[in-house]
This record gives sequence, structure tokens and C-alpha cells, in this order.
Amino acid sequence: MMDFIIYALIAGLLIAVVAGPLGCFVVWRRMSYFGDTLAHAALLGVAMAILFNVHLQLAIIIACLLFAGVLLWLEKRQALSTDTLLGLIAHGTLAVALLVLSLSGNVQLNLMAFLFGDLLTVSQTDLYWIAGACLLISVLLLRYWSYFLSLTVHQELAQVEGHAVGRYYTLLVMMIALLIAVAMKIIGVLLITALLIIPAAAVRKLVSTPEQMAIGAAIAGCLSVLSGIAMSYQWDTPAGPSIVVSACALFILVSASAKVIRN
Amino acid sequence: MSDWLVKAENVGVKLGGRPILQDISFELQRGQLVTLIGPNGAGKTTLVRIVLGLMTGYQGKLRRQQGLRIGYMPQKLYIEPTLPLTVRRFLSLGLTGISQPVTVAEATLAEVNVVHLLDQPVSALSGGEMQRVLLARALCRSPHLLVLDEPAQGVDVNGQAELYDLINTIRERHGCGILMVSHDLHLVMATTDEVLCLNQHICCHGKPEQVSTDPAYLALFGRKEAEALAVYTHHHNHVHGIDGDVVEDNCQHEH
Repeated sequence: MMDFIIYALIAGLLIAVVAGPLGCFVVWRRMSYFGDTLAHAALLGVAMAILFNVHLQLAIIIACLLFAGVLLWLEKRQALSTDTLLGLIAHGTLAVALLVLSLSGNVQLNLMAFLFGDLLTVSQTDLYWIAGACLLISVLLLRYWSYFLSLTVHQELAQVEGHAVGRYYTLLVMMIALLIAVAMKIIGVLLITALLIIPAAAVRKLVSTPEQMAIGAAIAGCLSVLSGIAMSYQWDTPAGPSIVVSACALFILVSASAKVIRN
Repeated sequence: MSDWLVKAENVGVKLGGRPILQDISFELQRGQLVTLIGPNGAGKTTLVRIVLGLMTGYQGKLRRQQGLRIGYMPQKLYIEPTLPLTVRRFLSLGLTGISQPVTVAEATLAEVNVVHLLDQPVSALSGGEMQRVLLARALCRSPHLLVLDEPAQGVDVNGQAELYDLINTIRERHGCGILMVSHDLHLVMATTDEVLCLNQHICCHGKPEQVSTDPAYLALFGRKEAEALAVYTHHHNHVHGIDGDVVEDNCQHEH
């Protein structure tokens, strides 16, 4: 098999394994719009990288972490409702990014690739970034899992029990931002949230503990990546949408069979 | 080591220039049950949050005994339906860093009489079951102080009396102090050591019998409520005389 397929497979599977458990928190905490907003902010990172001629992946990561920090800060100040804030930042950053890109004159850049991802152009360097980020996120997830869970179930209860909830929440948000930053190039701005929430939602009916759901979501994500890339290879469809379509199909399949079994 | 667990000294809170709490001073002793009553907007929740350490930026001083472990029972718990969580797992979240969490969780559930719920999903619990599970979570860390925010909320009348009895049993067995927000003064009168009647400031405080005849209390809750309390006091003593099983029998009779 050709290198680019192998790179695509490894990158996709790495991201799916981490996106499963992280996506569970996105679902449990109703943060899907939050993920969307960070993905949009990632595009601003692309624009900045071109404008100032800095490293692309680095610029995307910085933009995502920066806006995650801004969101946390605004959320704490409660200046506006979270929903409104997210809308403001999501569309604001997207618009600025598009403006900068159009003014930069360097229209060599394929905007479509950033919006919908291009898994089949993953390079070896990209793979290192993805592997590094996924390794870091996995270690943090394993280390702090019960704290993240405690915080998600009841924040004040966790705080009274002596957990530094503010710090763990910030860490969780930054981990989501980091994953979005490295996954953006291959899954695309508009589809990243789908890879976070659909696998988690798909396995919900099959599990009875948070840990089962996290592992199930990782497996469902991997299956979606495998069948999406196979679809893309076979019929020459774009990889990002193919993966998301596979995930949706899996969701429908599980929901339908769960219903049949119950009847 | 002195005997108080928490001590408030002239605690006050202002929100946007509007006073929420003013000049609150009280002590909660080891093994003491203090009930906090007051109308809506009296600042009960704010005071509880300050005691719990969930709120900063207040005036005055709130001192906690060094190394004080607090068990907190929030008013209610909403679990996202997307989050699969059994009672066992819910309790174990309160037991991180404690050896043999499963044994402790089971023993605590048995103490509040709901050990059969161990493997039930939290989202499927009834109101009364949920309150007991929350009480177990507060209790399982063997706290020095239990803070209970309207523990009998969403529980039917018979269940309420049982729950307050259980809370009193827990206090006697564990010797922990209890700070409780409750509207059911008539049900908690017999076991409460001290009532704090709150309406931004402490209107009156003392033994329940004193407070219920205090002019400040009457002004706040109206004579009607106070009279109802007198009736309930009688009723409560009556219920208290027969044991819990009899009450349950009556209930089954009606159905």
C-alpha cells in the first residue's frame, strides 16, 4: 500500500482513539458548540501563519489554545451568556480569517482543504505533531480521569471534596483545544466536532459506566476512520466527510439495533 | 483544640451594592445540629456557600477548624442523561484517595438504607432515593461537618420524617456537626439544637421553641405559619412516639 494511505490511517486512528474519551466530556458537558468555536479559531491560526510567515501547525495550536483561554476568561466574567460568546468568537474568527486569507494575495492555499480536511495529504511531519499531541492528551486523560469526571458530575461537590476544579476544567478545555488544533488539518474545521461527539453518542446506549463509554467511543471512532478511509480509497471521495458519514451510519445502526433488541 | 467546627465573625456580602448578608456571626460546635431557616432571598444559599468555601469576596471572617472535612449534600443533582453513572461509581467519585472505596461505599449506602441501589443508574432514582444517595456521598468521607441544603426536597411527607430521623441517627452515631437548610422546622424541631432565622441578617436564634415564639420570627413568617408550626409540633411528637414501620404500614393500608 502507498505511504499516504498508511500515514492517513495512522493519523486518523490516533486522533479517533483520543477523540473518543475527550468527546465523551464534550457530550456530557454539552460543549459541542465550544468545540466548533475552537475549530473556527483554528482557521484564524492558518491566516496568521500566512500573514506572518510562521510555522503553520504551531500557529494553529497557539490560536486554539489562545482562544480557549479567552473563552475561559470570558466565561468566568459572565459578561454575556456562553452561547452568545461562542457565536461571537466562532463567526468573528472565521470572518477575520477569511478576510486575511483573501487579502494576503497568496491564494495558492486551498481553503476547502482546511474547511473539510485532507487526510490523504498527511506528511510524516504532520504525523509527528499528531502523535505527540495524542500521546500527551492520553497521558493526561489517564492521570486525571476521575478528577475530570468528578468535576463533570457536580462541580461544587468536587470543590468541597477538595479538588482544584478550576485548574482541571482549564486543563480539560486546553486538551480539547490541542486535539482540535492537530486534527483540524486532516478532518477539517467544519467536521472536527463531529468526530468528537458522534462516536460518543453512538455507543451511549450500549454502556453503563463512563469508562465503558470512553473506550466504546474510541473504538467507534476507529471503525469510522477505517471505513471512511476505505470509502475514500475506493470511490475517491473526500476523506473527512467519508469518516463523518461512517460515524453517522454507525450511530444509526447502533440506535436501530438497540431498539430492535429492546423490542 | 476548641470545640467549634466553623465560626462566622461579622460575615457580610454585597452584590452590586445590594446587601445579601449582613453581620452574620455564629459558631457551630462539634456534634451540634444547626438549622438555617428564612424566606426566599434571605441569603441562606449564600451563607452555605461561604461555609463550604465555594465563595470568596465577602466581608468579615469565616474560620474553619484546621483539617476540617466537610460532607456536602447539594440541593439537587442533575446528571446528564448522556452520562452513564451507577450509584456505585457516583459514590466512588467521592472516595478518591481512600483505600477500599467499594467497601466504604457499600457500608455507607447500607447506613442510609439504600444498599440495593448500588448498581442502579443515578438517572433512574426517585426523589427520595436520590436524597439518600446524596446523603451517602456526603457521609462516605467520614466528615466532621455535614452541610445539608434542603435535604428533604422532593420527598413525600412520610419520607421527610424518616429522612430527618435518619439524619439525627447519623449525627448521634458519627458525632459530626450538621448545618442544615430546611423549611420544615416542624419536622426538625425535636432534634435541632439551634435555629438561625435568617433574613439577610440573623433575625433571631436559639432553641427551636424559643425561635418559634420570637416576635422577629412571627413577623417574618406570619402568625399563621407559626400557629401551623404549633399544630405540627404536636403532630410530630405523635409520629415520633410510634416507630417508622407503623407509618409505613399506614401508607400501605391506603393503597
